[in-house]
Amino acid sequence: MIKIEKLSKTFHTADGSVEALKNVSLDIADGDIFGIIGMSGAGKSTLVRCINLLEHPDEGSVTIDGIDLGSLSKKQLREVRRKVTMIFQGFHLLMQRTCLKNVCFPLELAGVSRAQAQQRALELLETVGLSDKANAYPSQLSGGQQQRVAIARALATDPKVLLCDEATSALDPNTTNSILELIKEINQKTGITVIVITHQMSVVEKICRHVAILDGGEVAEQGEVTEVFSRPNSEAAKRLVYPESDAPDVSDFSGRLLRIVFNGAQAANEPIIARMASERGIAASIVYASTKSIGGKAYGQMILGLPDSQSVVTAAIGYLSETKGVIVEEVTGVDGSIQ
Amino acid sequence: MTEAFNELFAPDKVEEAWLIIQSQFPMAIWETVYVTILSTLFAIVIGLPLGVLLVTGEKNGILPLPAWLMHTLNVIINLLRSVPFLILMIMVFPLTRAIIGTVVGTEATIVPLVIAAFPFVARLTESSLREVNPNLIEMAQSMGASPLQIIAKVMIPESVPSLLSNAAIAITTILGYSAMSGILGGGGLGKIAINYGYYRYKDLIMIAAVILLIVLVQFFQTAGTKLAVHSDKRLK
Repeated sequence: MIKIEKLSKTFHTADGSVEALKNVSLDIADGDIFGIIGMSGAGKSTLVRCINLLEHPDEGSVTIDGIDLGSLSKKQLREVRRKVTMIFQGFHLLMQRTCLKNVCFPLELAGVSRAQAQQRALELLETVGLSDKANAYPSQLSGGQQQRVAIARALATDPKVLLCDEATSALDPNTTNSILELIKEINQKTGITVIVITHQMSVVEKICRHVAILDGGEVAEQGEVTEVFSRPNSEAAKRLVYPESDAPDVSDFSGRLLRIVFNGAQAANEPIIARMASERGIAASIVYASTKSIGGKAYGQMILGLPDSQSVVTAAIGYLSETKGVIVEEVTGVDGSIQ
Repeated sequence: MTEAFNELFAPDKVEEAWLIIQSQFPMAIWETVYVTILSTLFAIVIGLPLGVLLVTGEKNGILPLPAWLMHTLNVIINLLRSVPFLILMIMVFPLTRAIIGTVVGTEATIVPLVIAAFPFVARLTESSLREVNPNLIEMAQSMGASPLQIIAKVMIPESVPSLLSNAAIAITTILGYSAMSGILGGGGLGKIAINYGYYRYKDLIMIAAVILLIVLVQFFQTAGTKLAVHSDKRLK
């Protein structure tokens, strides 16, 4: 259990001071995958660095399993950091070490014997699917592979918490998906608590159970992902859910609304909306759409307007959910204000 | 022009020079190489840790030191670096005498060479370590690394290629100083160039000594660069 209470942090620079965090409180349950999402400059990176005290908050406390990190000595804090590890946007592998040695790194720091460390590192490289790259140097690997090595490294000391700081932001959509799959798999297998910092809604939708939306250093909204994303209340949440325009105006729409999220669906070449019309006879109007096709796969979302009929809505949800990579849910309005 | 050339390479002069080269040069080369390498090693032993302190001891470094201490360290290093080598050599004569027992000869030049070179090595080390990606240091901290572990396992290993190419710069500079020391009683190729070429007008000997010095500099520089490139695992 991670308890973040009333965290505040202000940076003082030559150009004045910046309030990076303002009174942030979050509870993160063991084994959860918790997303912290926000635009650049929202304070996400500062917040995640306060969780392992790489950054010391001005006010407030971080308590992990009942231990207030602020009360620990430097040495005790280093012990805690072995259990709260981190992966980064830029991977941050040691470039002069082989992959195997990179994974051994945190074990060396902890004083584990070389033979034991190497054995553990090999196991972990196998977990992330890179046992054949043990003796390769990071510069010989692709970005996705480097992040896999970084994940193996972060898992070496058997941590209880994994902090992911924009871990997929430097990767292409396919690689992002495979890395997120891996993180999810590890979470399910080991029960590790994962905290995901991101500016991409798709990342949160793909793996997180809970989410907090950070805006200008404050928590604008938090709760279950489906809850927050289907009924965004705050301005910040709406901006994230409907990134390319203001939230669509549906106040004069009398029917029912479906939100369809494309998360790498093979839908770019398949006219699923048109097919639904021809095969099921369900005519949907497109209220809002923001999708793009990347590598033949669709990303983004769409709001469909349907007639006010439960059977039509159920049929449409059933039909659309069959396509892989498509998430469908009924929404009561794009900003929760209707009905 | 041709006359001057003919005079320089007159048969009797060439023969005389060749005799001196055969009898004096092997020892002189050995002295130069030995003094240079030994001085470089001592300079690294003192300069490398100082260079590390210059980076880690800063206010935002991983092992902050009191500001006055950092200031003093910087002033001493700058001071030693601004004294011309020959003057420094004279200034440290008392120290040289105390350590070696004499101020002339090959061994005696090691003392001023080390004192002239360690501040230089400290600055080179500082610049190498500053190239280390600060994100790597943050990464190590996030994994529970202590400041000493960060120095030993991140900062120094990650800057090895840069440290090696800077070591080549250091060794060639020290080689130049060691040749200069020939004028104040140091041994080696510098002494031969000055004693025969300058004091006794044997230009051929001077030219030969200078060529050998050039060859040595080339050798150390090339070897250093090769080692640096070879050790770097970043771009392969």
